[in-house]
Amino acid sequence: MYNLIGAGMIVIGGGIGLGMIGSKAMESIARQPEAAGKIQTAMIIIGALLEGLAFGALILGK
Amino acid sequence: MVAKKSIKLLVVFVLALTSFTAFAQDDTVENNLIDSPEEIRAYIAHHLKDSHDFHLYTNNKTGVHYGFSLPVIVWTNDGLKTFMSSAFQHDDNGTVIVEKDETKLVKYHSKIYELENNATSLNLDEAAHPTNAKRVIDFSITKSVFGMIFTGLIMLLAFGGLARGYKKGKTIPKGFSRVLEPLVIYVRDEIARPNIGEKKYRKFMGFLLTVFFFIWILNMLGLTPFGFNVTGQIAVTACLAIFTMVIYLVSGTKDFWAHTLWMPGVPYILRPILAVIELVGFILIKPFSLLLRLFANITAGHFIVMSLIALMVTLKASFGPVVSTGMSLVLALFIMFIEILVAFLQAFIFTMLSSLFIGMAVEEHDEH
Repeated sequence: MYNLIGAGMIVIGGGIGLGMIGSKAMESIARQPEAAGKIQTAMIIIGALLEGLAFGALILGK
Repeated sequence: MVAKKSIKLLVVFVLALTSFTAFAQDDTVENNLIDSPEEIRAYIAHHLKDSHDFHLYTNNKTGVHYGFSLPVIVWTNDGLKTFMSSAFQHDDNGTVIVEKDETKLVKYHSKIYELENNATSLNLDEAAHPTNAKRVIDFSITKSVFGMIFTGLIMLLAFGGLARGYKKGKTIPKGFSRVLEPLVIYVRDEIARPNIGEKKYRKFMGFLLTVFFFIWILNMLGLTPFGFNVTGQIAVTACLAIFTMVIYLVSGTKDFWAHTLWMPGVPYILRPILAVIELVGFILIKPFSLLLRLFANITAGHFIVMSLIALMVTLKASFGPVVSTGMSLVLALFIMFIEILVAFLQAFIFTMLSSLFIGMAVEEHDEH
């Protein structure tokens, strides 16, 4: 039961993080469309790091 | 010409390895249909694991399984034993005993056990662990091993063709190589060059390209109905991550080790603490996050697809067969499209982070 609550909290945290990364990346692309490629790559890397953290917590907490 | 010949050879090889077989079950199943949540969970867990044969379809009326059998190669107390997995007759509960020169072998939960000399059947204790049998050392060509060999052959053929074209001095590749060239250039210009640096990226291109296409092709194979789950095996991803770790540790420059072990520009008291943190980061955490990300993503993807397909069983009682099947079809199709994206994205991210770590290790710093 508690690990399910924990898993839910992990997903909420990861979701907030991904949302912030996405929104900031979109804002910066809108501000500087010519840098879209670089921003996208950086966004994907940070997203992957965050995702690794969330998955790690999910698997270790299960 | 060469490509056509090699494709024919590949087809012959695959067909030679996999003879189509059908197994009839003795205890003709009263009802083999999966309908309870426990059975669905067991089926998903079974799919996520490696297995000794390909299972495509079971005819529930006759109890006949259709699929391919694969070679079993095991090292027992008595030496090497080889046979086709069809000898187990698709049994996974340890009831079918295969006798090879007085060695009795059974398959229980996808693992092969060797029975003790006087045993006639597999006994289990309360935790469902066999009591009168021990594990053998298993070198079998399992589904995952077959997937990896297959991917290796595909890559050898495709990129061998591309390389031969360049050797002949053609600047514009012909045929399938024309599809591959932009991908190779993408990996070079978007992944390796910006992260490793203009001077040193060439040395690591071989590894990065191999890892990228290996992971990508295996991820895509995982979406076919054959049910490969190779990059969802933690051993495979761990092995890939260890390759990356060894490469960046071996190719680390003097500057890298100086910065790791004795960080300049911070107070002396902090330097040993930082050294421990950096070392743990490079040896443990970075490879661990690499292997976990790929493993968890692919496993989660397979899990979601299987769960959505299972919706047609779990929701049948409340919504009726047509609506529940339609719902699961639409949702599974939607997730499948996302999975195609994820298959590429995970290959990209693994390669990207590998080159990022390699770039950290080979970077040369100016004097501070």
